[in-house]
Amino acid sequence: MKMRTLRQAFYRSIPVLAGYVVLGTGFGILMRDAGYGVLWTAAMSIFIYAGSMQYVGVGLLSGGASVLTAAITTVMVNARHLFYSISMIDTYRDSGKYKPYLIFALTDETYSLLCDGKTPEGTDPELYRFLLSLFNQSYWVAGSVTGSLIGGVLPFSTEGISFSMTALFIAAFTEQWLTAGDHVPALTGVLCTFFCLVLFGREGFLIPAMLLITLVLTLLRKREEGRI
Amino acid sequence: MKTAVLITAMSVTTILLRALPFLLFRRRTPKYVTYLGRVLPPAMIGLLVVYCLKDITPGIRPYGIPELIAAACVVIVQVLKRNSLVSILAGTVIYMVLVQKMF
Repeated sequence: MKMRTLRQAFYRSIPVLAGYVVLGTGFGILMRDAGYGVLWTAAMSIFIYAGSMQYVGVGLLSGGASVLTAAITTVMVNARHLFYSISMIDTYRDSGKYKPYLIFALTDETYSLLCDGKTPEGTDPELYRFLLSLFNQSYWVAGSVTGSLIGGVLPFSTEGISFSMTALFIAAFTEQWLTAGDHVPALTGVLCTFFCLVLFGREGFLIPAMLLITLVLTLLRKREEGRI
Repeated sequence: MKTAVLITAMSVTTILLRALPFLLFRRRTPKYVTYLGRVLPPAMIGLLVVYCLKDITPGIRPYGIPELIAAACVVIVQVLKRNSLVSILAGTVIYMVLVQKMF
């Protein structure tokens, strides 16, 4: 069962492998261009492990930001993780010794692979979630270190490969659409986000969108209860 | 030294954000939070899809056509095969060919 769990966790993590190596390499190149060595790059990918925040972090480091600015920026960029964690409370309830790491490693991509609470048949659920999370982070760290060491020298064009991240979310969306009986939450997510994108522009729509989604879903719950 | 302090600040803040809900609702999860836990995942995936496609410029070449074609391909393959790896791979390869060779 352990081998099967390991194989399944690796198999399901392959889409993230492609995306994280590319995005991680991009981050490593940015750090290198900003004058930071491979150890700083690795430290960020190991201890922060939040993709978009690390990209923003390069600017904070090289711009000599204060600790307070760094902390506040992190809250702004990473506030969405609060929402991920809220929805994983029950799934991670019995994760035991793996729990601290599972919570630490809950990135967008890992979340999208684990948020439905399902695990492949014949695997140890807790070990599966742990290995999947660990594999994903190892791709991220490997990518950043590679980018920091080799820079922009690659024998073929990888332009467009980061679409694998978008494809990952679209596939997850399609799959949950096919299995879910209730499409209201999914539609709420898409419509509210699109509405906020139009209203606030592409720089600052993420947090308003999350708040609006939470508000709309909360109102829908009241309605649901009223009916019963 | 300054670099180490800043990285620590970013690290600790990120960890706190991820851990806070787990610390707050350790004993009993309120019904409302359980409800959010059920309906938020599909909504958040929807949000992430829109977020990934936010840089499309409908008014400027290539009008988001590569993204649309590749996204449609992911959906179709996913519906037919029900295998995320296959659909993600197909969509990504098509997208790479489109942006490198055609647009």
